[in-house]
Amino acid sequence: MSSNNDMTLNLKIWRQPNGAAEGKLVDYRAEHVSPDMSFLEMIDVLNDQLVKKGEDPIAFDHDCREGICGMCSMMINGKAHGGYKNTTTCQVHMRLYKDGDTIIIEPFRAKAFPLVKDLVVDRKGIDKVMMAGGFITANTGNAQDGNAILIPKPVADEAMDAAACIGCGACVASCPNGSGMLFMGAKISQLALLPQGQPESPRRSLNMVHTHDVNGFGNCTNHAECEATCPKGISIEHIARMNREYLKAAFTYYEKSRSEGGA
Amino acid sequence: MMAAAVNHYFGSSIGRKQMVAVTGLLLCGFLVGHLAGNFLLLVGSDAFNLYAHKLFSLGPLLYVIEAGLLGIFLLHLGLAIKLNIENIKARGGAKRYVVKKNTGRGSTFMSDTMPWTGLILLVFVILHLKNLKFGTYYTTIVDGVEMRDIYKTTMENFQDLSTVVLYVIAMSAAALHTAHGFASSFQSMGWNHGKYFKNVKRIGYLYAVAVGGGFSTLAIYCFLKGV
Ligand code: SF4
Ligand code: FES
Repeated sequence: MSSNNDMTLNLKIWRQPNGAAEGKLVDYRAEHVSPDMSFLEMIDVLNDQLVKKGEDPIAFDHDCREGICGMCSMMINGKAHGGYKNTTTCQVHMRLYKDGDTIIIEPFRAKAFPLVKDLVVDRKGIDKVMMAGGFITANTGNAQDGNAILIPKPVADEAMDAAACIGCGACVASCPNGSGMLFMGAKISQLALLPQGQPESPRRSLNMVHTHDVNGFGNCTNHAECEATCPKGISIEHIARMNREYLKAAFTYYEKSRSEGGA
Repeated sequence: MMAAAVNHYFGSSIGRKQMVAVTGLLLCGFLVGHLAGNFLLLVGSDAFNLYAHKLFSLGPLLYVIEAGLLGIFLLHLGLAIKLNIENIKARGGAKRYVVKKNTGRGSTFMSDTMPWTGLILLVFVILHLKNLKFGTYYTTIVDGVEMRDIYKTTMENFQDLSTVVLYVIAMSAAALHTAHGFASSFQSMGWNHGKYFKNVKRIGYLYAVAVGGGFSTLAIYCFLKGV
């Protein structure tokens, strides 16, 4: 298995049994690391070694390992997902490192992301904001022919770019303010751009922003560090669109109450 | 829902940052007017004093304008402090990460230092008002009219080298603050589009250099000219 290209790495990994306990960086030596391994495979190999020694393996989140689920959250050398352009941790490969390198691995941190164990955090806050966006459960009969609704190509492209968000939370972890504006902007923008998303658009932005604020996310001050670390290259232009949508909704959206004759 | 939405707006993350943005842009506008007035220092004492006298003669209207300006300033300051305190909590406290590095593609020195350059400006504004607006009151007569000799107060103020140095530091803080703040305000209001945002950023940098450099140059001019 091992070849001449194999590397030995010095890892410093954050270990913390649970959110309430004290945590610290613990030194590990990862041996026989092939340059072809992914970052997560490297931790797998280390965990195998730990299990053999009877030690507690390092807890970390992962699922698809192909850059689409957004689970593999961790800070690598001070940057979310390692800070490589448009790359999730599972798509970071060990060829980016040299034999003898020291790599510091920490969990994502934000008030909205309470720590579960080691590198695992609870990113439920993101789901709550998404859920506040609303969904449709009414039976509306057969869907009409998709091509009957005309959407200009540039608009469709823009909506597709926004839809690429995988809810990984790197934007929150790298934001100096722990703000969730980038993923929320992506969601609001994606739906606001398309005709099908128009009817609920004002209500959606009001509800989502409110849910964002009460779940411990911070206030955006336009650093754009989120855009720089987002593995899906989501642009802060989507945050701007959300800001417009929200401003408009706050001052113009009106739902009549029951007593006023509304539903 | 209407009233609730509007109330939410003024307490929300986006609503408050938009108020910081609007007040920030208004203050940017004020600085342009202030700087334009200062350039009369180059024309001479009479021109400068006459201009100041015109402003003083606005009477009650001046008080209204001053009160408005103070309100804008305090709103900008108060909201920014509030938002920043919330952000320290939201990012998970001071000891968030053992190592944290910027990617180099997002945060800048300007954006990272906004609270500090802002606080420098707060201290500066207090001292500035104390030394000049509420500074020594001289009178002079221009075209047979008696008026305040604010030119003399200004010139005297800038005879001390340490004052000039501190002033230039404060104006550098203003340049750094607006270099991020100008374009940032546009983004907050939702005026960011691939078509023009690069130019907004450029105008922001140009504005920062012009304002920071303009005020500083005039202070150095006063120092060199002497009384
Ligand atoms: S906007 Fe980017 S960084 Fe943020 S959750 Fe979505 S994919 Fe992740
Ligand atoms: S494990 Fe799914 S994106 Fe990395």
